[in-house]
Formats: sequence, C-alpha cells, structure tokens
Amino acid sequence: MVSPSSSLIWREIPERYGMVGSVCQTCGASYFPQRKVCPKCRRKGKLALQKMPENGRIYAFTEVHSAPRGFENESPYFLAIIELSNGVRVLAQIVDSEKEKVKAGATVEMRFRKIFEAGKEGILAYGYKFKVV
Amino acid sequence: MRKAFGDFVKGIGIVGYGAYIPKRRIKVEEIARVWGKDVKRITEGLGIKEKAVAAFDEDSATMAVESARRAVQNSGVDAKRIGAVFVGSESKPYAVKPTAAAVADAIGASPELTAADFEFACKSGTTAMQCCLGMVASGMIEYGLAIGTDTAQGSPNDPLEFSTGGGGASVIVGNQGVIADFEEFYSYTTDTPDFWRRPSAEFPQAAGRFTGEPAYFRHVINAAKGLFAKTGLEPKDFDHVVFHQPNAKFPLKAAKILGFEEEKLKQGLVTPFIGNTYSACSFIGLASILDVAREGERILVVSYGSGAGADALSFKATKEAERKRPKETIFNMIKEKEYVDYATYVKHRRKLKDV
Repeated sequence: MVSPSSSLIWREIPERYGMVGSVCQTCGASYFPQRKVCPKCRRKGKLALQKMPENGRIYAFTEVHSAPRGFENESPYFLAIIELSNGVRVLAQIVDSEKEKVKAGATVEMRFRKIFEAGKEGILAYGYKFKVV
Repeated sequence: MRKAFGDFVKGIGIVGYGAYIPKRRIKVEEIARVWGKDVKRITEGLGIKEKAVAAFDEDSATMAVESARRAVQNSGVDAKRIGAVFVGSESKPYAVKPTAAAVADAIGASPELTAADFEFACKSGTTAMQCCLGMVASGMIEYGLAIGTDTAQGSPNDPLEFSTGGGGASVIVGNQGVIADFEEFYSYTTDTPDFWRRPSAEFPQAAGRFTGEPAYFRHVINAAKGLFAKTGLEPKDFDHVVFHQPNAKFPLKAAKILGFEEEKLKQGLVTPFIGNTYSACSFIGLASILDVAREGERILVVSYGSGAGADALSFKATKEAERKRPKETIFNMIKEKEYVDYATYVKHRRKLKDV
C-alpha cells in the first residue's frame, strides 16, 4: 500500500470518524461518501451534510485471504457491504464477530478502529468498521 | 483560605459514563504455560484469572472513542456543549499528537473546546476528572469529558505480562442531570520511582516489591485517610469503594487496612476478569458501581499512579443514576469474550519484530 499523505487522511476524517455523508434537500436522497452533486436532481439539487445511522445489516460479504499491502497481518478478515438503516450502502471491515454470525441480513453496529498506519513513523488513520450484534 | 470544597462544587458531578472492554481474553494460565511458570502460584499471587487483549486494530485512542461515545449516549448530553476533553493514558498511539483531539472529533464535539492528554501512570484518568470538575465548578465550561484508557504494556515473561490488560472508560462531568454528586477529593503525591518507562523503551519497568508498601499502599492509604479527615466521613459511610487494581490482592489489602468490608469492594473489582487496565482501571471499577448504585449510596474512588500519587474522590449517587442506566453493564461486557492463545495474543499486541 502506498502511504497516503496526511492531508488526504485529514480530508476523510468527517466521513471516517462520524460517517458524515450528504443529503439532497431537493429530493431527500442520502449519499455516502459525500457528494458534490445530486445525481438525481443535478443542477436543481441542494446538498447538505448528514450524519449516517450507525447501524444496519450486512447486504453482502466476502472473506479476504489475500489482503492488499498493509493489511496482510490482519487476514483473513471479513469485508462487507453494509446497508445502513437509511438504505445507504457502505463498504467496511467486520470485526469482533464469530465467523458463523457473519451472513447476509445480520444486524451490525459501527465500531471505531484503526484502519491503517502510514508506515512505522507515519500517521495513523482511524475510522468506522462494523460488528455483528 | 478557600471555602469548603464540598460547598463550592454543590450540584456538580458525573452526568454520564461509558466503558469499553476489548473482546479478546488471554488466560493467565496460558501465559504461564508458555514461560514455564507455576500457574497456581501466579494466579493465586495476583488474583487474576484472565486479561482483556486489545485487537490488532485497537489502541488507547479507539478505546477512548468507544467509551466516550457511550458516555455521550448515556448522559444525553449534546456533544457540542462539551468544553473540555482530557484523556489520561500511558500508552498513547503517538508520542506527540493528542488523542484528545481525535476523541473530540469522533464524538462530534465542537472545535470550540480545550483538549489535552494527561500522563500519570495509572491515575491520569482521575486527574483528568478533577480538572473537569474544577472547570465546571468555576463556570469555565458547561460539560467536561474525562477519559482513562490504556493498552497496558508488559514485557514478555515479565511479571507485568501476567496482569496488564486493555480497556477504556469515560465520564462526563456537569451540573445538569447529575447521576453521582461529587462531594470532595484529596490527592497525595510524592516522587517515588516504583514504575517507569523511558521515552525510547518499549516496555515499562516495575521495581518489584518496592511497588507495594512505599508506593501503592502509602499513597492509596494516605489519600483515603486525607479524604476522611477533610470530610469527616468514615469507611462505614461508604456503600461502595474502588481502589486502583494492579492485581486483585492490593485493593483487598487496602480495604482491610482502612477498615472497609470486602463486600463494598466487590462491584468495582474488575481486575480478576480483565487484568490491570492502567488508567482505565479505577474508571471501569467506578462505572461498574454506577451500573448498580441506588439513590443516596456513597462511593469512594481511590486511584493510584506510579511515580507516585493517588486521588481519592467521594461521590453520592442520585435518583438519576437509577433512571440513566446504560444499555450494557460492565459485567455484561466482561462476559462477552473470545479466548486467544499466546501466539495470537502476541500477534495482536504486536510483540513480534516487524509487525
């Protein structure tokens, strides 16, 4: 993994820490990650920041055995598409969950974890992961 | 001379709390097996059966955030009204870069606050709480968030490795919706080299038996006695007591010296199940007491930090404590666990070269 710059990590903090996405005040659609333009309303759309719910269900998942660089020591781990309670889908790691409980439809809750380290002396990136509850 | 502290802080106290205990556990028996130690002697000597192990992607900052989010939820306080975030820890993920700033951001607090990390071995959490109490009492801030969090370090095969666990706990201090009224504190501090870690060292060192009488007991006993003298209270006036718990033996002995019945210690004694969580230790014990505290019950907290000092604080539970019970109690969190073997523990705690 190429170590991202600290400014890139910093830019993602509202999304990674607080799951702050967007809502279109014209049509009411929610988006995560944040969008600059509502794809439905285009120029008529008016986007504002919106905090996403911290719970949802597993929509689909996979178990990663061949992890990308930087995540090798964590494998095998689960990666899932989570459908949040407002219908928005996010991709996230699943943590602290027994293998047999990780399945489509399982209820999950957000957890705050370390995502990666930019090398031994670099910055640490924190953010959301999910746990089956 | 200032007026009696109890009068000055009337109506101020804990308005909510939260804790986080990592799911993984390693049995002391498993650590003893690897190092060829006498299991019975170690478990009986420490009174610890197992300890909580932070995962590969957990550190003192993630546990601080988890506990702080639960405290915000439990208190019902709008995070934007928190004016100070102080994090007590001796296992900061950065040597220089505040965990407190990450916590403030992660709980959705306003940038308009003051924040800092505190270090005083295992007692920095209660010191952070004292600062919040003072700032709320003076009217400088509306609410303050104090946190104790640690992924306690222990060198392989060191006596510390058998006892050092991981965890975090937070309290929000304020004057509205108080669940435990703050009554008084008394602190006792001297320069006593019983445990330390130099900046470049990976693991701390403890001065063996010296950590007992001149260190833990001298400070804990003096802080508690100082509080009694200052308030006129006696052990019989308290319903619950929590002492810092480097093992399960020290707090029991401290209780005996001071004249507390063992029963009063029970609810806050968590070290046998999760190990010594350093800065989080007395905080998690206090949280466990608040899980069950009834209106009018008085609680004594005596933290201890090597180096050395102790903070004794007296609280009295209110009706709100019964109303604002958290979704999950400390003993429920203790029950949720997954055992790991020594090799897995070593991987998660990154005790291997290049991990």
